[in-house]
Amino acid sequence: MAEGSLTATAAAPGVAAGSRRPRRALDLRYQPGFGTVAICCVLLLYAPILVLTVFSFNGGSSVTRWGGFGLGWYAKALQDEGFHDAALTTLKISITATIVSTLVATAAALATTRTRRWPGQTATFIVINLPLMVPEIVTAVASLSFFALLASVAHLNFGLGNLMLVHTVFCIPFAYMPIRARLEDMDLTLEQAAADLYATPWQTFKRVTLPLLMPGITAGAALAFIVSFDDFTITQLVAGPGQMTLPLFIWNRTRVPLTPEINAMSTILLGVSVIFVTVSFLIARRRRD
Amino acid sequence: MAAAAEATPTNQRVAEAQALMRRRWLRARWGLSAPAVLIILLFGILPLMIMVVYSFLEAGEYGGVNWKLSTDAYVSFLFQRDIFDGTLTFSPDYLIIFLRSIIFALATTVICLLLGFPTAYFMATRPPSQRTLWVFLITIPFWSNLLVRTIAVMITIRDEGLINDFLLWLGLIDKPIVMLYTNFAIMLGLLYSFLPFMVLPLYASIEKMDFRLVEAGFDLYATRGRVLRRIIIPLAKPGIIAGCLLVFIPAIGAYVTPLILGGGKHLIIGDLIALQFGSSRNWPLGSAQALILMVGVLIALLFYVRTTTGKAQALHG
Amino acid sequence: MAEIAAVEAVGVTKVFGAGAEAVRALDEVSVAVRQNEFFTLLGPSGCGKTTLLRLIAGFEQPTAGEILLKGKPVEHLPPYQRAVNTVFQSYALFPHMTVAENIAFGLEMRGTSKEKTSGVVEEMLSLVKLTGFGGRRPAQLSGGQQQRVALARALANSPDVLLLDEPLSALDLKLRQEMRGELKNLQRRTGITFVFVTHDQEEALTMSDRIAVMSRGRIQQLGAPLEIYERPVNRFVADFIGDTNFLEASVDGRKGEYIHCRVADSLDFLASPAANAAAGAKVTLAIRPEKIQLRPGGTAGTIAQTVYVGTDTNYEVRIADSLRLNVRVQNAVDGRGQYAVGDKVGIEVPAGAARMLQD
Repeated sequence: MAEGSLTATAAAPGVAAGSRRPRRALDLRYQPGFGTVAICCVLLLYAPILVLTVFSFNGGSSVTRWGGFGLGWYAKALQDEGFHDAALTTLKISITATIVSTLVATAAALATTRTRRWPGQTATFIVINLPLMVPEIVTAVASLSFFALLASVAHLNFGLGNLMLVHTVFCIPFAYMPIRARLEDMDLTLEQAAADLYATPWQTFKRVTLPLLMPGITAGAALAFIVSFDDFTITQLVAGPGQMTLPLFIWNRTRVPLTPEINAMSTILLGVSVIFVTVSFLIARRRRD
Repeated sequence: MAAAAEATPTNQRVAEAQALMRRRWLRARWGLSAPAVLIILLFGILPLMIMVVYSFLEAGEYGGVNWKLSTDAYVSFLFQRDIFDGTLTFSPDYLIIFLRSIIFALATTVICLLLGFPTAYFMATRPPSQRTLWVFLITIPFWSNLLVRTIAVMITIRDEGLINDFLLWLGLIDKPIVMLYTNFAIMLGLLYSFLPFMVLPLYASIEKMDFRLVEAGFDLYATRGRVLRRIIIPLAKPGIIAGCLLVFIPAIGAYVTPLILGGGKHLIIGDLIALQFGSSRNWPLGSAQALILMVGVLIALLFYVRTTTGKAQALHG
Repeated sequence: MAEIAAVEAVGVTKVFGAGAEAVRALDEVSVAVRQNEFFTLLGPSGCGKTTLLRLIAGFEQPTAGEILLKGKPVEHLPPYQRAVNTVFQSYALFPHMTVAENIAFGLEMRGTSKEKTSGVVEEMLSLVKLTGFGGRRPAQLSGGQQQRVALARALANSPDVLLLDEPLSALDLKLRQEMRGELKNLQRRTGITFVFVTHDQEEALTMSDRIAVMSRGRIQQLGAPLEIYERPVNRFVADFIGDTNFLEASVDGRKGEYIHCRVADSLDFLASPAANAAAGAKVTLAIRPEKIQLRPGGTAGTIAQTVYVGTDTNYEVRIADSLRLNVRVQNAVDGRGQYAVGDKVGIEVPAGAARMLQD
């Protein structure tokens, strides 16, 4: 625990180290009202999704009026053909986008981090982060225009590949950031030591850099996947006829009278996110030990 | 430049060897970063340029464009052409929508900041074991599907939603309050969507703060409020700016929120642009509007870069 | 018949940066390290010693000049093609490998067979007295143990030259002193040429066969420890190593192999000459505190301050208004110092103990 960090407990006289924190008046970190605001924010953030989740177990058929506990809606959702197809399509797109963007982002991170300046480095960094700086709706319509042009002028249509390409583009910066962060944290002398011990650059990468970089790559891949999996705006505008992803599927279901089936499907999607966040936290925790 | 070395054979040999190594090194850098750059250039930047070109073309009849140059799109942004005599009259409709979006985005940013800062500070001052839990709690909505979260809000605030049910049951009202499809709904949706985007960067910034500076403030007779205003907040400035940008930019181009909570009234930009590419079949106009939006965002980003250059924060290589 | 130097730098210059911000880390440095010797680069931070080491290892390239290993130029060879190994200041142990895997790494990279490798690993572990630690990870070891693993990892490859970059600086005093002896023994036993970098002059004096004292990118003096200590050639070396009194003196004339100098119109010294000096010239004399002898009841000076340092007492002797001498006198067996503040003392300096500096 670093000295001077925000939570280093000030040793109040007579208080044994590690025991209760000093009283409010003496606690230098305390600011009045902040705790209340924090708790309220968290409650507000979770209230709607908790309601959504709870009512997915609704036995009755109203979205917000409770009719007893029941898993019927999950059964219905999981048996829905459309739901299956959408899930499959989403997985195809997201997995492809994740793999490509992570590979490409790893290479780019290796090239742009912890290095003496090289011509084009700043430009590369800007280009890689560009998708983050453009509002989603703009990317969506630009991509739509692009593929429409491709289809009408060059008669090129990659089918699902259109979506995969677009997803890959915006996944790259999301994969890039954690990898770069991890790379910057790594001790440069380790790679020098490997070279000193007769490892060629490729051997150094395989035996030293890559294993140590893995947590960053995993985090980047997880981020890229979730961002692609959850995407709605860009997908909706670029998707051609018959291309249905899970978010699009759920969106279609809001156009018809609402049933708790939508709660069930939404909760499943939320579940995927929760799993990803949990797993990445667990990995980060294990790394720190 | 390099040391004034005589061109002895030794020095030449050394220089050549070094030049060779440098060329190889440079080629490796370019090679590694090329795939990412190429993909983004081809499928990210090229489409944007095509969109810009489209904004200067004529609208096609069934959507798409006709390849005839025209500034109709930009003209119709500010003016309306009378169909009978072709005169132009100033039409503020689109401008109003843009302005409304900016106001929404600004309001969202400010409120998120007011709510997010205490939250982030509180989280950062918890003991380490608790802190992980808090970060975990905030991260989940951060990475959850925005569509689903917005649907959750819709379900809660609609006329047959939980809030109205609850208030009716309590007897406080006798008919449902209309919340859905109003400005209020959009505002609420924006706040709900982007609050985690403000909290996390703020938290990251405050957590790294050197608390000894705060202790110094107290040592020099500052009150809690003064320490907050004069020490903590200025120190957290990088996080504040990052959070504000992370909220403002998506908020101004928000699409999902007005789609679900706006009821098709096309009150803000995202909705409006999508409309042009949908039923309005005016791709050039949509492109023009998208371009104007993007330029606005880039201006905001330039502002960010300007305020953080000097501190070794911004695009360092 | 000269033996080939293990490492030689010829006119090596290294400049970092360009234009106004250019930093000349090394300025036409030429030095030859003999085979099997314990050679130390000594100097304050920024003097260029680490830069020179990195040039030998191959992590940097010289701006001008060449580096020779056993007579062959190597500037175009990357580190993994040079027969030198480095012990890093931060140890740089691979955290995701065990101790045994760390030590085996260099052998593995060169394609050594598995049996031979494990044999060498065992040998190295016993050499650094860490037998049985093969399965541990670096994070589980203490600082001293990590340092020894770093050493073993480098030695496992039987390099021609071993480079050590301030390897003891992270250890606390007792451990450091212990390791000095162990390193010296190791070098003698293995016969490997050691090039050792440090800013600690006591370390340099105790361990080295020869020392190169460096400052601002240049070698100030090169010689055996005794040579460096007893006969510093300039002010920097005299000041950096040990304590020194610097005195402004005027030359009276030659007296045999010494030069007669006069300080403050009251003290006479027979100084060993750095060069010939004409009568009346102004020179700087350097005298070590322990070479000055005090005589009770004399009139040369007064004790102004006493500082007890365990084995000795340091006295500050006031000669004239502007002249103070630091004198170190070993304490008596019972630990007591001989003089007190205010005592009047005489001063005696053996012939040749005062050194005339070239500067």
